[in-house]
Amino acid sequence: MTTKLMGEPVRRREDLRLITGRGRYTDDIGHGAAAAAFVRSPYAHARILGIDVDAALDVEGVIAIYTYEDLVGPMAEPLPVLIPHPQLTAPRTGFPLARDVVQHVGEAVVMVVATDRYVAEDVCDRITVSYEELPVVVGVDAARAAAHAVHEDVPDNVAARHHQETGDVEAALAASARTLSFTQYIERSACMPMEGKGVHAVWNHDDSSLRVHTSTQASTSVRAAIAAKLQLSLEKVEVIAPDVGGGFGVKIVHPWPEELLVPMAAIALGQPVHWAEDRREHFISSAHEREQRQEITVGYDDEGRVTALDVRAWHDNGAYTPYGIIVPIVTATQLVGPYAVPVYRVRIDSVYTNTVIVTPYRGAGRPQGCYAMERTMDRIAQDLGLDRAEVRRRNLIQPDQFPYDHHLTFQDGRPVIYDSGNYEGLLDKLVALVGWDRAEERRAEAASRGKQLGIGMAMYVEGTGPGPYEGGHVQVLGSGKVLVSTGLTSQGQGHETAFAQIVAHELGVPIEDVEVTTGDTRRFGYAVGTFASRAAVMSGNAIALAARGVRAKALRIAADVLEADVDDLEIDEGLVQVKGTPGASIPLRTVAVLSNPLRYAFDEAARQATQFAGPGDDSKPPVAVGDAPGLEHVDYYSPIRSTFASGAHAAVVEIDPTTWEIDVVDYAVVHDCGNIINPMIVEGQVHGGVAQGVGGALYERMAYDGDGQLQNASFMDFLMPYASEVPDVVIDHQETPSPLNPLGLKGAGEAGVIPGTACIASAIEDAVGRRIAAMPISPTELYDLVRNPDAERVPAAPTGVPA
Amino acid sequence: MKPAPFGYADPTSLDEALTLLTEDGAKVLAGGQSLLPLLSMRLASPATLVDINRIPGLDSVVVTPSGDGAGVRVGALVRHVELLHHAEAAQVQPLLARATSNVAHPAIRNRGTTVGSIAHADPSGEMTSVLALTGGSVTVATPAGSSAVGWADFFVGPLETSVHGPAVVTEAFFPALPPRTGTAFEEVSRRKGDYAVCGAGVTVTLDEDSRVTSARASYISVGLVPEVHDLTDAVVGQSVDSADWTAAGALARTLVDPDGDLHASADYRRLLVGVLTERTLARAAQEAQNR
Repeated sequence: MTTKLMGEPVRRREDLRLITGRGRYTDDIGHGAAAAAFVRSPYAHARILGIDVDAALDVEGVIAIYTYEDLVGPMAEPLPVLIPHPQLTAPRTGFPLARDVVQHVGEAVVMVVATDRYVAEDVCDRITVSYEELPVVVGVDAARAAAHAVHEDVPDNVAARHHQETGDVEAALAASARTLSFTQYIERSACMPMEGKGVHAVWNHDDSSLRVHTSTQASTSVRAAIAAKLQLSLEKVEVIAPDVGGGFGVKIVHPWPEELLVPMAAIALGQPVHWAEDRREHFISSAHEREQRQEITVGYDDEGRVTALDVRAWHDNGAYTPYGIIVPIVTATQLVGPYAVPVYRVRIDSVYTNTVIVTPYRGAGRPQGCYAMERTMDRIAQDLGLDRAEVRRRNLIQPDQFPYDHHLTFQDGRPVIYDSGNYEGLLDKLVALVGWDRAEERRAEAASRGKQLGIGMAMYVEGTGPGPYEGGHVQVLGSGKVLVSTGLTSQGQGHETAFAQIVAHELGVPIEDVEVTTGDTRRFGYAVGTFASRAAVMSGNAIALAARGVRAKALRIAADVLEADVDDLEIDEGLVQVKGTPGASIPLRTVAVLSNPLRYAFDEAARQATQFAGPGDDSKPPVAVGDAPGLEHVDYYSPIRSTFASGAHAAVVEIDPTTWEIDVVDYAVVHDCGNIINPMIVEGQVHGGVAQGVGGALYERMAYDGDGQLQNASFMDFLMPYASEVPDVVIDHQETPSPLNPLGLKGAGEAGVIPGTACIASAIEDAVGRRIAAMPISPTELYDLVRNPDAERVPAAPTGVPA
Repeated sequence: MKPAPFGYADPTSLDEALTLLTEDGAKVLAGGQSLLPLLSMRLASPATLVDINRIPGLDSVVVTPSGDGAGVRVGALVRHVELLHHAEAAQVQPLLARATSNVAHPAIRNRGTTVGSIAHADPSGEMTSVLALTGGSVTVATPAGSSAVGWADFFVGPLETSVHGPAVVTEAFFPALPPRTGTAFEEVSRRKGDYAVCGAGVTVTLDEDSRVTSARASYISVGLVPEVHDLTDAVVGQSVDSADWTAAGALARTLVDPDGDLHASADYRRLLVGVLTERTLARAAQEAQNR
């Protein structure tokens, strides 16, 4: 049948619009609105002594200037801590506009509204804020040393001490045949979506309602936040995420100060107000991720099997904790990856620094955890002289061990129980795909060309699709059009296509008839948001359930009309028919008309439907008890716990030993996200993730100086890899369905980025024979490493030789 | 990231432009590839931009293959992309195409002007070094008239030239490559098209017996102003096939004084100076045999 579309590489229906400039982003909405701009702190830590706006008041075109003093009610309170946690003992958040102390360069101090953005920035230039500078804390080590406090009332700079353990790790280490310990660092990077944040707000004075377009990953929650903070009734607030030019995590944080301040101004001024974040603002006032110091001790036996693992880490959470300690929790719980670790203890201190806040960026703590675990595997292999692939193999959770309980508590408060997986299968495929067993041959060939070749691998398990729920609405119109909506948002992932595939498949309609709307609270009011690789798992299953509800109703109505048994009916290409009886059929669109007993003959569909409309049963009401008019259904999917996707990456690098340039020549990915809706979309997600993984490993860092000034806050100096720096990626899929949800899905959004740093570090170490203890690494740093006589040399271990 | 208010004028003659430039805070706009980002970030706030794109006669590449004035004259409105694909110019002075292929990305090469990048005097720019290495000059028009200024007198510091007051750099002149001379140009950059971490342009001249008589180099992103380093001493008289280019590279490393920045330490730049010198001299020498 032509409408069975699950698993097919259907071309992304949104692409034509998006790549031909017909996308509709926040900055395309509301021309003529007044423009907001912000005066932001130039200091990393300072007390505000005064704000002088006098010189700004005569700029032609200024409309309003707001400082903390202008905030009233809930707006004058600190921003919410979205995800509290008992171990987050010292949560701190800022105010929408700084009250007395600024905690990082870029914190908003004054909002200006003017006739356009040019004028608004002119006004900003004329506002003088006087500051008293305070001592600055930059980096995990300085935060930990606590010579100075970021927040006066948190003298040790510790926001949270996260601690989980599955047994007596010290006893287990003492009983281990071998142990090793090491310390390593990972740097900051950031999401850097092509479109920064953006907000457009319109107040309708006539019915006292507010419409907000915002570039968010969570429109329903922004709506609730605006209603609460601006003291509006929820039904008077509409929030829409239009086309969004990438999110990667930064837009799940909410409410951003601007998401409250712009609507506040629109209401106060009685005119539409718009703000589009510029790139510099994005660098210094959105969010970063990844910086950690990790101290790892592992116990293992003579065959390389891990017997105990003890991880002590410090996580830089930046100046505030609006998103709680999700990132360090994810690091802690996902670190163990695909391995059976008998006894595990993890302690992560989440510490304050005078830098931009740290909230989830694609991978959300997993790249750091993977870096810790996978580098541990490499070290065990080197210590024992074993192939790195073999050591991993010996530690993998076996296929017959699922569901596998790690006895840890995940970010959603639920147990870390792996639902399904086949990790040995991943490893087998990866070794074949990258040619792991030919590594020594390739090393020799590269050496003949004057290059140092290295190969590395890394495996991961990714908890995806956490609850609590998502919903879906499916409605068939009399035109035959099928409207689908879900509350979670899209940032370019291809939801329009994937969700349409699900509905077309479940309902038996042509995909062309299906229209998908996401992230619009006018269409669907309940949602959690797009993060944690959850859209396909959560909304995909909810939409499938909603489509099944529509199908059941359609069959019930059609069975009545066709005088057939429901079980004898099928729907294909939008036609309900009696199986094996050509001609005994009714179009689904006609069923849709029949589903509503009120049928004014406004259109041809309604007129056609009358031929099927019987006289009706006078003994029953037109709409049966428990039934509803219309061919539509709403359903929700709420999982018992997360599903766990998995994968394995390998990288081959060639290093020029004269310039120390690092070239990733091969990159292989084996990926298991359960059943696949659209392999082309999954591969696109993997490609994008790998690009960000390469960026995080070799190019991107947030170069803060000791004063907390970000030295590279532009695309000239913050080096995201171009297409020319990203290797071709070869992908092999493995499909191990999740038993937890109707479609057997696991998430795919973040996977591509997770092992990048671990895998490339392994490959570089293999190439140059020097220990890599900090990532990312650039040629100038590699040069420093190889010529440092004190740099630790890596013991040679065979690659690709069965031990 | 919106510029502060500025005036804009688009004169149609050089005289008119020079008159406009007498006003305080007036600045020339040609390709805009360096200037406009500075404006948007409010790092520069000129009172008026004098857009020279409508002035006739500034958009030509004049190639003089031999004789007096042999070389390539590049007008102020010539875009990098034109030099990149200019076959005649490449014949007379091959460094032009070789260097421009390293200038940023196609979109920037399509708009940015070669003369503009020289007038901007950024030591990370390719064309400043090429002007130096070829012994070139610029023509500077002022209300008092036009005059040629040699490269050594033109570059004063990073983003600073000897030209002050109302002036338009109307042309750059790159002398023709001498006979039995080869060139090479190579950069190491973090990403393809980025400003070079280090770049090297070189010329090597051979005698009739294919022995080195001259080896010279100029570097990108090394030092405050473009410099030309004479490396001849390391290889003079040596045969092209057995010359000690490594020694020339080692010599170059002792002559330069690079700075460190976010992307490279001074030591790493010095390393690259040696490596790139060695590589490019060897290639240039091979080429010199065939010219």
